[in-house]
Amino acid sequence: MKRITYTVAALLSFFGSVRAQSPDSTENGYKPKKLKIEEVNFVSGYYHQNGNNSAITGGIGTEKLYDFANSLEIRLSKTDRRNRVHTISAEANIDYYSSASQDKIDPLTISSASRSDTHIYPSLSWNMKNDANRTTRGAMFSYSTEYDYKSYGFGINFTKSSKDNNREITLKAGTFQDTYIAILPSELRPSGYSSGAEGDKSNLYHKPRNTYNGSIALSQIVNKRLQLMFIVEPTYQEGLLGTPFHRTYFTDGSEKVEKLPGSRFKLPVGLRGSYFVGDRIVLRGFYRFYADNWGMSAHTVSLEAPVKITPFLSLSPFYRFNTQSGVRYFAPYKQHNPDAAYYTSDYDLSSFQSHFGGMGIRLAPPGGVMGIRHLASLEIRYGHFYRNAGTGMQSDIVTLAVKFK
Amino acid sequence: MDIIVTRKFVLISALVASLSSCVSVKEYQKNRINDSEMELSARKSEKFEQSFYLYREGASGANGGKSGGGCGCN
Repeated sequence: MKRITYTVAALLSFFGSVRAQSPDSTENGYKPKKLKIEEVNFVSGYYHQNGNNSAITGGIGTEKLYDFANSLEIRLSKTDRRNRVHTISAEANIDYYSSASQDKIDPLTISSASRSDTHIYPSLSWNMKNDANRTTRGAMFSYSTEYDYKSYGFGINFTKSSKDNNREITLKAGTFQDTYIAILPSELRPSGYSSGAEGDKSNLYHKPRNTYNGSIALSQIVNKRLQLMFIVEPTYQEGLLGTPFHRTYFTDGSEKVEKLPGSRFKLPVGLRGSYFVGDRIVLRGFYRFYADNWGMSAHTVSLEAPVKITPFLSLSPFYRFNTQSGVRYFAPYKQHNPDAAYYTSDYDLSSFQSHFGGMGIRLAPPGGVMGIRHLASLEIRYGHFYRNAGTGMQSDIVTLAVKFK
Repeated sequence: MDIIVTRKFVLISALVASLSSCVSVKEYQKNRINDSEMELSARKSEKFEQSFYLYREGASGANGGKSGGGCGCN
């Protein structure tokens, strides 16, 4: 934490010195607006879960897991000669997680390849806002790496606002090109197939998983207190969509690796709204309907009600409810038909209801948090999650988000 | 089935009615709309919550979070 604070301070002072050394040019009446740090965001989260329906052991066994995640984003902006505002955002993310169930990929060893792992996922995005024609266009690139997984993401976006800036339409298109290194459960490996542990990776399948998605979002200011946003985000995935180290057990006692179709089409439709009640309370609502061609449909609703204790301090209780029908390929431990073409015992894909509730506290005083001028806001959130799939799963998450300006 | 169709019709009608009753809000009248708590997009502090929804629930997308990419197998 101390190291990250020093890094942020060093970056701020570095860009501050770059700015101080840039000469101003007033040639042809043009006064360049220098590259400046718009904001720096640091987010840190700790997630812990526990349950007894792990897909790695066929729908039974521990799901105990913790994840410690950190994200640092630096947002820079510059106005060009045509008065367009360019925003560049560089983000570095790193998660460290430990999973008790992943230790069961190879129960014969003391510790298997993926008992704990580090997930690194940087991203870079650029946006150009042109007030003359009320458009914003941009592009992004992301990369993600885990022990057995690599992902490259590309995306473009375009936004057009109405003359009065009360209505906006945003179009996005993107793709993730992923590669899975197929680590198999020890008892299901073909002869000569590598375990995936360090020093034993020479003979492993590399399988693609590609995602293509688009989205249309229409936002509208309805009146001085209410705004709404309608979003449709169709997504198509192809390749290895199952997880190669998930086991499934059949009614005849046999065992195989999870198998799911090679493509999936998802269609989520969402509606967001925020409404200012009186002078102190904001209601932020969200509803989503989801359906896919694996037979899953879901409804999600959430409501958050930030209460302004003072203009710069708010408390935000929140609650989220999700109900989903399972995919047609799901069955619990030892309940799969041996003749089935596709099968999984992953409870993430089963029928269940989930509840997530908690509270956030946010400080954003004008002179900076605790008198620190650049520390624009600080937010802490805690949430508890429960889902009634199988024997039930519970988790807790606590997040700290700070913004430097 | 009829009840579902009726519900969808009522929901869409309510949405269309609410949008058609929009008033033009001037920039100087947007002090509440521009309040940081009124943001329609997901906040930074929700970043990791959205990641675990993606992994622990089958549905995804249309919520400002990722809809693909990454393993999510832990």
